Amino acid sequence: MTEPMMKPPKRNLGPVKWMRTHLFSNWYNSLLTLAVGYLLVTSVGPLLNWLILDATFLGNGPDDCVGAGACWLFVKQRLNFFIYGFYPDELQWRVDVMFALLAVAFVPQFIERFPGRKWLGIFGITGLPIIGYVLIPGGVLGLEEVGSSKWGGLMLTLILAYIGILASLPIGVLLALGRRSDMPIIRGLCVVFIEVWRAVPLITVLFMASVMLPLFLPDGVSFEKLVRALIGITLWQSAYMAEVIRGGLQAIPRGQYEAAGALGLGYWRKMGLVILPQALKLVIPGIVNTFISLFKDTTLVLIIGLFDILGAVQSTIADPAWQNVAIEGYVFVAFCFWVFCFGISRYSQNLERKLDTGHKT
Amino acid sequence: MKKQTVNSRPAGPKPWYDPRVRALFFQVISLAVVFWVGWVLIDNTLSNMQSRGISTGFGFLGESAGFGIIMHLVPFDATMSYGRTFWVGLTNTLLVSAMGVVAATILGFVIGVARLSSNWLVAKISLVYIEVIRNIPLLLQIFFWYFAVLSNLPSPRQSVEVGGALFLNNRGLYLPGPVTQEGFGLVWVAILVAIVAVVGVRMWAKKRQMATGQIFPTFKVSVAILILLPLMVFFSAGQPLEWDVPALKGFNFGGGITLIPELVALWIALSLYTASFIAEIVRSGILSVSQGQTEASKALGLPNGLTLRLVVIPQAMRVIIPPLTSQYLNLVKNSSLATAIGYPDLVAVFMGTTLNQTGQAVEVVAITMAVYLTISLLISLFMNLYNRAVAIKER
Repeated sequence: MTEPMMKPPKRNLGPVKWMRTHLFSNWYNSLLTLAVGYLLVTSVGPLLNWLILDATFLGNGPDDCVGAGACWLFVKQRLNFFIYGFYPDELQWRVDVMFALLAVAFVPQFIERFPGRKWLGIFGITGLPIIGYVLIPGGVLGLEEVGSSKWGGLMLTLILAYIGILASLPIGVLLALGRRSDMPIIRGLCVVFIEVWRAVPLITVLFMASVMLPLFLPDGVSFEKLVRALIGITLWQSAYMAEVIRGGLQAIPRGQYEAAGALGLGYWRKMGLVILPQALKLVIPGIVNTFISLFKDTTLVLIIGLFDILGAVQSTIADPAWQNVAIEGYVFVAFCFWVFCFGISRYSQNLERKLDTGHKT
Repeated sequence: MKKQTVNSRPAGPKPWYDPRVRALFFQVISLAVVFWVGWVLIDNTLSNMQSRGISTGFGFLGESAGFGIIMHLVPFDATMSYGRTFWVGLTNTLLVSAMGVVAATILGFVIGVARLSSNWLVAKISLVYIEVIRNIPLLLQIFFWYFAVLSNLPSPRQSVEVGGALFLNNRGLYLPGPVTQEGFGLVWVAILVAIVAVVGVRMWAKKRQMATGQIFPTFKVSVAILILLPLMVFFSAGQPLEWDVPALKGFNFGGGITLIPELVALWIALSLYTASFIAEIVRSGILSVSQGQTEASKALGLPNGLTLRLVVIPQAMRVIIPPLTSQYLNLVKNSSLATAIGYPDLVAVFMGTTLNQTGQAVEVVAITMAVYLTISLLISLFMNLYNRAVAIKER
């Protein structure tokens, strides 16, 4: 005869048990929980009220924003400017096409087993920039020309980040290879280049690009402000990229180098066919993280007078027609950046977990 | 038998296949390219500057600046030289960087530890803090604190007041400032004596532990000496310290220490932003110490406090220090965002106003970059020295 099985006492079961171990395990944890809980309850309510319940969503102009809550009407009415800058209304389809292509190329990268996602990714870094180069400035194929001074908003932010990362990748690969080279002079030049750019803040680089670049160029040659900013961002970013890629190169076991050498491959074929494919795969998460920080840093271009999304918002909240809409504007920009950066960083963490096999010496 | 003449040295590869020759060739070529590019740039710059009537050289540093700066740690007025503006900017950069490093470190360690707390609510709130703050651009956060929070504070007459000594309004943060009276020198002497005494106690305690195995409560005794000795001297000298409490005079506050809103906004934003990164570093550092280490030290009979101090923290620090260094470097570099809200740091004053007034772009940019390069190298150097001290000593 077996004794009837007794149930465990109630306090060791279900939510009660969970709360006992996770919230009230001892006296100071209980105190902490109560204090933090009180702060949360008192702050979340007003925040929700401001964000949604008391907020103004509908209306025609600044006069409709009379409630105690946020004035989202402001964001709604200026959304066009926040996304396209001064890009002419009737030509904005060109930008929309680019947004759509960008989404087609990169959103599948988040979905595993999406058919042909590799090819879409390759299109994203080869075909897409070419189409963009034709479509956004125009001036060819019967497209009306739109000068870069009219670009702005989210569109400019994406252009800066995208071109910055794309252009800095090959330069970064070369610098990383140079830094690991056996030739002392080439190694020295690469080390100096990388360390100097990494040591200075992006602002000084942008200042330099906007003030000094015109001095460096011969008479008659001049670049637009956007191109100058892009040159600065690319040089600066390539130094960071080089360090990320160097990490990947160092992680490849020596045997791979030696095996490639034993097969009689020359330097470039050894690197191009054996080492770099493995190293780059290893550092994809690192590259994605660099991309995130570059994406956030593109906001600095507003200091040299380009209207990225933050610059666009910053210039409209100074508009006397709208009173006290600074917080709404900033919350909107913060939300845009947060969605992008958080999404991408989650993706990179996923990738890291997936790629975390082998190659451990 | 015929003697075969053996060529002792096989014919070497053709010179253009010899790796050494190739290496030399490529290096000479790349050096030549670098020099050529450099020469073209310098030549262009010189001719451009000549055609625009800009003189070269550092002579402008001695000229009178003719503009005021809202905050300066070294004495400054508009009649002083451009060289002086450099020092004003540099000290302001160093001030906000130092304040930011201290605050971000404290906050980052607290949040990093809270992230690992067994208290679910605390851990989740830390997680939300980290994920929200580090995914929003720093410049946006600075703008938020400056334009949305600090500018919307009440005017000096309706200041937010804490304990009648601390005032916060749209002109800045006002703190009571300590004013040393006669006899305060004794307290400094006492602090010095206390430090020497602590070093002595530590050496003695270590020697005794080595000889007898007895543990002396060094930490508690050190803290007691450091606090009690200066306090005793302070009180016996008749409290030679007065507080200069800010007070409303006319339209604004006078007296005490004033932190201008630009500094406060920059400080808050830099600290909160960097703290979110430091918190993640601290978390990964603590997690990197394996559970076995804690268990082993328990098995050796070490109490909890000693386990933490002698086993966990030293090993965690090894993982934490290198990325922490780069966060400090980032903070110093990010402090240059000051220029966006008008805090007079090096970039805003020297690379901004001074450059615009003198037009000496090359010299000013070169000096500014050299300063950041020096700061970076110095921080790396100190952190590398520290890192070497705590690194695993392989025997």
